[in-house]
Amino acid sequence: MAISLEEVRHVAKLARLDLQESEVMSLQTELNALLGHFGDIQSLSLQELEPILHASNLTNVWAEDIVSPSLRRESALKNAPVSKAGLFLVPMIIED
Amino acid sequence: MITKLTATQLATKLHSKEISATEVTQAFLDRIESQDHLYGAFLAVDQEKALGQANDAQRMIDAGTAGPLTGIPIAIKDNISTEGIETTCASKILKGYIPPYDATVIQKLKGAGAITIGKANLDEFAMGSSTETSAYKLSKNPWDTTRTPGGSSGGSTIAVTADMAPLALGSDTGGSIRLPASFCGIVGFKPTYGRCSRYGLVAFASSLDQIGPLAKTVEDAAIISNVITGHCKHDSTSIPDSQISLIDLKSGSLKGLKLAFPKEMYGDGTDPEVRNATEKALDELRKEGVEITEISIPTIPLGVTTYYIIAPAEASSNLGRFDGVRYGPRSEGQGHIDVVAKSRAEGFGHEVKARIMIGTYALSAGYYDAFYLRAQQVRAMMTQQFNDAFKEFDLVVSPTAPVVAFPLGAMSQDPMQLKLLDYCTIPANMGGFPAISLQVGFAHNLPVGLQLMGPQMSDERVLQAAFAVESVFETQRIRPPIP
Repeated sequence: MAISLEEVRHVAKLARLDLQESEVMSLQTELNALLGHFGDIQSLSLQELEPILHASNLTNVWAEDIVSPSLRRESALKNAPVSKAGLFLVPMIIED
Repeated sequence: MITKLTATQLATKLHSKEISATEVTQAFLDRIESQDHLYGAFLAVDQEKALGQANDAQRMIDAGTAGPLTGIPIAIKDNISTEGIETTCASKILKGYIPPYDATVIQKLKGAGAITIGKANLDEFAMGSSTETSAYKLSKNPWDTTRTPGGSSGGSTIAVTADMAPLALGSDTGGSIRLPASFCGIVGFKPTYGRCSRYGLVAFASSLDQIGPLAKTVEDAAIISNVITGHCKHDSTSIPDSQISLIDLKSGSLKGLKLAFPKEMYGDGTDPEVRNATEKALDELRKEGVEITEISIPTIPLGVTTYYIIAPAEASSNLGRFDGVRYGPRSEGQGHIDVVAKSRAEGFGHEVKARIMIGTYALSAGYYDAFYLRAQQVRAMMTQQFNDAFKEFDLVVSPTAPVVAFPLGAMSQDPMQLKLLDYCTIPANMGGFPAISLQVGFAHNLPVGLQLMGPQMSDERVLQAAFAVESVFETQRIRPPIP
């Protein structure tokens, strides 16, 4: 199993990473080295086994529906690179 | 000298008013100022805030409301949110980020009167085993400054090792507390998953991450564990009634303690000298009446592969929040998606990008069943095999790491070799087990750590056993060559 340069570019697009071409090349090498090891678990017979997604046995953790103090708007916006009128400002998503 | 003392020794002197909280804090601030250029442990130190906290601590002492951590300076790994103090995760993508709130563990420390003395260096987003992926500085092992302190909690570990803080907080996703503790010859403890709130810990792999202490002694580790653990309503994986109790450590005994040693813990990469030091330590323990039985846990060699599917998969999702909208620098680009993709490409370092890519790949259409689901099945199998061992034995024992601290840069050309360092520590994260590392010997004149691991919620048993083990090796403890 090996990952092609085209696949690396596709995964980078999914991951929202605008990679330089040199990074695409080096990541292809690194991903393939790791994929070589993934073979270790491909050969196991695991059909019957229930996967665990978490180490804890907790299920359905609910919180009481009570209003409690939370961050003030100014605090939440304080670290934003651009904000305006109490909102996070992002570049236009829908074009004219 | 104040800075050489353990937290427990400092507390005694503070409570008897032999020294003041301000004197203690100032002594550690001075030491950081004069020594940290040698080691690179800290990313940020706020003297004014620390001295302000020392004033508050002294008031608690004077009022008779002080506890064991009142007036004790603590170094904080820089992926733990501290209100008003820059928290970067050693990444450029969080440069300038000032958290508007404290992590639960910080709230608890402040409530106990502890001093948050500074933010400690780490591998970027805790992704690494040598602290070399930090975007800001290189951290160096106090035993030999040409070598790595281990990682990812390298800065926290150095702070304690080089007397710049008596205690520190780290985080452990695949060994990030225990590995550097082993490389620097101190105590590192990862509690049971869910006993320590992750609220305010910048998430790497949420099902594996756990905050824990780095300390000079098991006693100090036990005291801070009592303070930082317990149920937290802001973390849905937090276990109810889970505070680690303040136990009588001295009541634990080595006589009759039943330890299992999984033979797979000596992997292909185990340094023969580390193996010798481990065997010597186990012989010492046998002399004290510990029963050590060799067992087999066949899934151990699959741990690293399993980890490098699960952890990046969770990371690729968790790190989606860094998009240049709510925090961090924003790059120029054409339209929103391009701005996000450029901000991330410029903000993240290479190792973080590599892990996001692995995780995105493993979760993408067509590969989910083959990789992610299978990895979670192996995780279930491994957890089961360890739980079977815990039915027969009190604890599982192993070396903490297959090697000792290696020269800086030695593994930069071989990322896979670096990943294999977590071979012995990964199982505890997979199963959510409590695990501790403490120094029991030397190889190549560098510290060698021994790991003790117990079933979930057996943290007190692990600490008690570690305290007893420590007493066997205490006389052999040699201090690092620090000024």
